[in-house]
Amino acid sequence: MQTRGHPNRLGIRGWVAGGRWGFERYLYTLHRLTGLGLLAYFAMHIFVTSARALGPESWDRAMDVVSGPLFAVGEYLVFAAFAFHAVNGVRLALIELGYAVGRPIEPVYPYATSVGRQRRLARAVVMIAAVIALWGGLDFFVLT
Amino acid sequence: MRDRTLWTWHVGAGMVILVLLGLHMAIMHLDATLGIFGTEGAEPVEWESVVARAQSLFFTVTYVLLLGAALYHGIYGLRNILFELNPGAGLRKAINVGLALVGVALFAFGTWAALAAPGAATMGGG
Amino acid sequence: MADPTTRAVTFHLRRFEPDKDREPRWENHQIEVLPGMTVLDGLWKVKEQSAPSLAWRSSCRMGICGSCGMLINGRPRLACNTQIAELNSDVVAVAPLPNFDIIKDLVPDLHSMFATHRELMPYLIRDDTAEQDDPTREYRQTPHELEQYLQFSYCIKCGCCMAACPTVATDPQYAGPMPLGQAHRYNTDTRDAGFTARREVLSGGSGPWRCHFAGECSQVCPKGVDPAKAIQLMKRELVRDLLRMRRHQPCAGVAEAPHGARHEEIPAAPPRTVTEA
Repeated sequence: MQTRGHPNRLGIRGWVAGGRWGFERYLYTLHRLTGLGLLAYFAMHIFVTSARALGPESWDRAMDVVSGPLFAVGEYLVFAAFAFHAVNGVRLALIELGYAVGRPIEPVYPYATSVGRQRRLARAVVMIAAVIALWGGLDFFVLT
Repeated sequence: MRDRTLWTWHVGAGMVILVLLGLHMAIMHLDATLGIFGTEGAEPVEWESVVARAQSLFFTVTYVLLLGAALYHGIYGLRNILFELNPGAGLRKAINVGLALVGVALFAFGTWAALAAPGAATMGGG
Repeated sequence: MADPTTRAVTFHLRRFEPDKDREPRWENHQIEVLPGMTVLDGLWKVKEQSAPSLAWRSSCRMGICGSCGMLINGRPRLACNTQIAELNSDVVAVAPLPNFDIIKDLVPDLHSMFATHRELMPYLIRDDTAEQDDPTREYRQTPHELEQYLQFSYCIKCGCCMAACPTVATDPQYAGPMPLGQAHRYNTDTRDAGFTARREVLSGGSGPWRCHFAGECSQVCPKGVDPAKAIQLMKRELVRDLLRMRRHQPCAGVAEAPHGARHEEIPAAPPRTVTEA
């Protein structure tokens, strides 16, 4: 499509901060970041755990590699990322299949939008994810 | 037709991962508080537990399922992000092919690792 | 009657004159504003007093024509619908709607949005074209059926939702909240039988699959159309259709006329002025 004027698309900035945006915009950004992080970890994880097929020494060596301090923190971050991505994913599945957005209404100002309707769900998601992340933190750092 | 179908599988895979990976995370990282791990008190990452899981049909099947679902879900997500950055037509085709190949390759490799008896790939045959 | 108090407000305007500028630039203009002035009123005052070449679109000045969509203090809004007082600031930053090319100053090029809108066939598609061209009676539709799409029919095509959407920000192939919301408006209209026709476009890469519910479109919509809701409801319909679980709705028929007569209140059709291309 030919452009007729000066280009003015926000680009990636629009994913993060195009202006004064709402809570759901940041949940969307965080969902993307955690997804990418989980995917990167997962690719590595397939290789690390495949050491199982190479015998107990190979396995123990792989476990040694992932026992370093970097991995201790890193794996916790993966767990926390999963907690958020999974719980928010449930919210997104409910919304994007049309369940948590409400019915068509007569728009009377101030408008009760679908965003307002799912706001409680969004807040619950953040709280549940935080609780799960903290619970996992117990296992990772406290009760070893 | 394509994007609608791909997206529906993405959501389905997400539901599968929620259950299976949730279980996996609970077993691996919540076992100190939940104590739900199967073998007699050994840590999940110790060799004997690893062997026990490798010999369990339940774990093998769920690992392969989880591998497939997670690879599909994650790679579709990555494709979404890459496509939203507006690559040209040729690059889109390359991304489609490339991601599909990576996905299939990782799935094949992971399934082999899951099905192979532990230690089967060492020189002496374990 | 007491004098209404004026206060000084700075209009921080994004200007771009294609003959002179290579890049858009900011310009400040200070005016005295009275309580009750909208941003549009402020723009007129700026144009009168210090910026005679300032260009923007506006028409009805009452929030119904959809011409004056602009980025005002960081959010896409209608200039005529935004009180300067509600911005709670001494600076009113006005820029053209993002995600559209800038033609001049505050005028965005909405051509791409309307082209996509047209691709999704935003009109009633029925089998009885003879009845559509030369109507005899009204179509039957219950109030409940009307409720299913009425909210989405309030769209004034202002483009604010497109400016707010993070996917539209990066992806020109994505149809965007306005065309998708309007596609749903027609899909759910019981007088329409065009779901299968629109489905072809909607199942592809420009369809609602790139929407991830950031929800900004619904938050900035000046008419409460809630395009985000329309898009999610449409996804449900499309997935149900894929899984062959869609409830088949017969297209609304024409009300029965006594003796098949033409309803006397419907005037005769005027002569055709548009010929088939």
